[in-house]
Amino acid sequence: MNSDWKLSRRKNALGSRASLIRALREFFFSRQYLEVETPHRIPAPVPEAHIDAFPSGDWFLHTSPEVCMKRMLAAGYPRLFQICRCFRRNERGDRHLPEFTLLEWYRRGIDYRDLMEECEDLFLFLAGQLRGEATLAYRGERVDLQKPWQRLSVREAFDRFAPLSVEASLREDRFDEILARDIEPMLGRGKPTFLCDYPAALGALARTKKDDGRVAERFEIYLFGLEIANGFSELRDPEEQRRRFEGDNRKRVSAGKDPFPLPEKFLESLRHLPDSAGIALGVDRLAMIFCDASAIDEVVAFTPEEL
Amino acid sequence: MYTASDLRKGLRIMLDDDPYIVVDFQFVKPGKGQSLYRCKLRNLLAGTIVDRTFREVDTFKPADTQEKTMQFLYKEGDRYNFMDTESYEQIHLLEEQIGDGKNFLIENMEVKILLFRDRPIDITLPNFVDLVVAEAPPWIKGDTVSGNYKPVILETGYKVSVPPFIEQGEKIRIDTRSGEYLTRVKE
Repeated sequence: MNSDWKLSRRKNALGSRASLIRALREFFFSRQYLEVETPHRIPAPVPEAHIDAFPSGDWFLHTSPEVCMKRMLAAGYPRLFQICRCFRRNERGDRHLPEFTLLEWYRRGIDYRDLMEECEDLFLFLAGQLRGEATLAYRGERVDLQKPWQRLSVREAFDRFAPLSVEASLREDRFDEILARDIEPMLGRGKPTFLCDYPAALGALARTKKDDGRVAERFEIYLFGLEIANGFSELRDPEEQRRRFEGDNRKRVSAGKDPFPLPEKFLESLRHLPDSAGIALGVDRLAMIFCDASAIDEVVAFTPEEL
Repeated sequence: MYTASDLRKGLRIMLDDDPYIVVDFQFVKPGKGQSLYRCKLRNLLAGTIVDRTFREVDTFKPADTQEKTMQFLYKEGDRYNFMDTESYEQIHLLEEQIGDGKNFLIENMEVKILLFRDRPIDITLPNFVDLVVAEAPPWIKGDTVSGNYKPVILETGYKVSVPPFIEQGEKIRIDTRSGEYLTRVKE
C-alpha cells in the first residue's frame, strides 16, 4: 500500500519544477552571471519589521541571501545569482512556506528600470524554453509576455483600485490590507505588471529617486494576481541604511518582537557598493504558475505538515 | 486565548459574543508588508457568513462550547438525527449546519456534536472514515503510473480522486479534514 500517495502524485509537478530551475540557470549562465552559494546560517539577518528569522544557535537562518550577495557585489563581483532555501517564521498559507526557495540576482551598473527589462527577458526565455511561446497560461487565464509589460506606480494603483489614497492608507496603517484586498488581485491580468515606485517609507534596502525623495526605486512583479518578485536599485548610503534598519527594529519592538542585531559588516561594505540593482524571485510561486497549481503545497516534495 | 497565527480552517472562536467557525482561511503578506489573516467565518448560531481580516496582534477567545459523543441515526428531509449514546436523548441538526460533513456521514457513525448553551450547533466527524466505493470507472490494466488518478463516487454520493487500482465495492479511507483519499482498507 502506498501511504505516500500524495507525494507520488506530485511527480509531474516536481518534474516541471526541475525543468524550470534548469532553465533559470541557463538564462543566467548565458548572461555571464556567476552562480554563488552564501551561508544560510548568519549572525545578523536584514532587520525588517515584518519578516521574522528563525534563531539557529546564537545566529539566525537567513531570510534571504541579500546581505552576503551585496557584500560580494561591493567586493567587485559584477553579476551574481543564487537559488537557495530561505526561512521565515510564521509564514504559511496557499502561497507561503516557512522554508521556501528564492532566486536572487544582482548586477552592477544598472538601475531598477534596466532590471525590469531583464525580468521581461527572463520570462520570455523561460516561456520560450518550456512552452515554446511568448505567453503563460494559469488557471484558465492567459498572460502575454511580449515587451513592454505594464508599469504601474503604487500611487496610480491606489488611485485606480483602492478606496483610499496611498497617503491615507499609510496614515491609517491600512496600506498592506488595501494592497492585498483591492489592488493585488487586479495586477498581472492579461499582461504582467510591474508595481513600482513605492513610498520611501516602504523602500527597505532601495534607493530613493534622485528627483523625488518620497519615492523608492522599488518594484514588484505580479502575474495572475500573484506576487512573484521584489527588485530595486540598491541603496548605497550606509548611514541612511542604518537609520532604516534602526527604524525597522523600533517597529519590531513596539509590536512586541525582538529586534535583530545590525549586520555591521554589510553596512560597512555599502561604502564600496557600485550603482547596482538586485531582485528576489519566489521560485515556488513561479513553479505554481508553470505547474498550474493553486497552492504552493503542490510544487514542493514536502510541506512542513507532511514531515 | 488564540492568536492570529493559530487561525486555521475549522477553528472555533468567539467574535462579538457569538461562536464562529473559520470556514475559509487565507494567509496573505503583500511585499515586505505585515501578515494578514483573511478569514471567512460562519456564525454557529445564525448560520451567516462574515469576511474578516485579522492582524498578527489580534487575539481570540475559544468558542464557549461543549462536545458530546452521539450516534448518527438517519436523515429525514434536511434534518439529520443523532442520539446521545449515554442518555439516549435525540437531537437534530439541519443540513446547512452539517456542511461538508454530509459527504462522510453514514448511519450508526459516532460523531461529536457541539453544544453552545445546550443547543446543538455543529458536528465534528472522526478524522478518518471508511466508505464504500459505489461507482468507479474500470481499472485499465497496465495503468500503473503512480501520478495518475481517477474520480469515483462513494456510498454517500461524495466524489473523490483515487489511484487507478481502486475498484467498485472496495472500502477506502478518507481524511474528513481535507476530503482526500488516504488508503485502501482491507476487511
